[in-house]
Amino acid sequence: MKRLLAALFVLVICGTAAHAAEPAALPSNSLYQLQAALTDQDGRAIGLDVHRGHPVLVTMFYASCPAVCPMLVDTLRATEKQLDPATRADLRVLMISIDPERDTPEALRSLAASRRIDTSRWTLARADSADVRTIAALLNVQYRQLPGGEFNHSTVITLLSPLGVVETSSSKLGTPDPALVAKLGD
Amino acid sequence: MRRAARVVCLALAGHVVAAACAPGAWAAQPAASRAAIPGGTFATVLPPAEKVKSATVRGFQMDRRTVSNAEFAKFVSQHPEWRRDRVARIFADDGYLKHWQSAGSPGETLAAQPVTQVSWFAAKAYCEAGGARLPTWYEWEFVAAASATVPDARNDPQWRQAILEWYARPASATLPAAGSTAPNFYGVRDVHGVVWEWVLDLGSMMVSADNREQGDPDDKRFCGTGALTMEQKENYAMLMRIATLSSMQANYTSSTMGFRCVAGSEPMP
Repeated sequence: MKRLLAALFVLVICGTAAHAAEPAALPSNSLYQLQAALTDQDGRAIGLDVHRGHPVLVTMFYASCPAVCPMLVDTLRATEKQLDPATRADLRVLMISIDPERDTPEALRSLAASRRIDTSRWTLARADSADVRTIAALLNVQYRQLPGGEFNHSTVITLLSPLGVVETSSSKLGTPDPALVAKLGD
Repeated sequence: MRRAARVVCLALAGHVVAAACAPGAWAAQPAASRAAIPGGTFATVLPPAEKVKSATVRGFQMDRRTVSNAEFAKFVSQHPEWRRDRVARIFADDGYLKHWQSAGSPGETLAAQPVTQVSWFAAKAYCEAGGARLPTWYEWEFVAAASATVPDARNDPQWRQAILEWYARPASATLPAAGSTAPNFYGVRDVHGVVWEWVLDLGSMMVSADNREQGDPDDKRFCGTGALTMEQKENYAMLMRIATLSSMQANYTSSTMGFRCVAGSEPMP
């Protein structure tokens, strides 16, 4: 088991070739079963499993969102602050845009800069609208674009296990969800 | 006359596509079997925003009938990750294709019937494999407003009654063959009277007019169906459809939920 984990760890470190090299290990209920084409804030092609091997908080947002999304970043940060340093160092955050039209890598990069987001552990990503719909369905995020271009969307923070299985999710905003923090501490 | 011309063009385009994709490449249905739906603005039962009661759809092409078990079996044989014995549980519950004779075949009696027991993920993958997509709710609603003779029959009490009678019928064990109901104004069949159909924007059917205030998510899920803001309350058939869709999660399957595909530009928001 330890050896397997070590092997996984190496694969994650080596990064992109992960897909082909690690068959069979994914549980049937892992979100990483989805082959989605995402692009991160630096324009790199990544998958939903970019942080495979780590616990990940995944959420969906859009960069031009005036109210909820800034709060979402704050909530994720506050959640991290509740963790001991080792747990925090192992945790990753993946924020996926529901607005592929406007959220180009440049837009995501500028959000990362303006919010001083540490992109060594946090990833802002976009996907085309077909993948966005599938990811939203997997995460149980409901969204609808309004005629003016803004979005109504539910905010859900989902904790994925290192293999991409949903551990728990929360739609609490503003303060860290104790249930989420507890699960991360396990 | 203009309509006829459009259909001819579409048929020709279909031939070109078929030739180009020819051997090996698989298409959900040749484009020629799709009906051209002109875009338009119409009064929707699900207002897109507060004080906006109409929705606009761009022109698109819609499958003339629902996808059959035989067609879905062909897809599954080329995309074995969608076999019922291989599908990842995250994409389909354990009812997925359970009515088929085997994991690879529906069996003869089911072949021509609309495929049901398929999840939203599976339906979406089927359409995408054929270079198409699921219709949005507004696209579906736009087409479903048509009777055999007019594009919008929703104010015709007789037509409404005829549709309601389907919903009043008990769910029978045997579905009619896909494409066996009468075509509507656009030449599209099975819109009413056969199965419910998945829509692309399933995930937006439950969003209430203002989903920004954060409360009890279960509360929101229920109140957010749009039921509270739906228009045309006398249009029960549509309201039932929305209620059904909004009760489904994307990995759910049901013996009464099928789908069809559309081709065309990216949907309007």
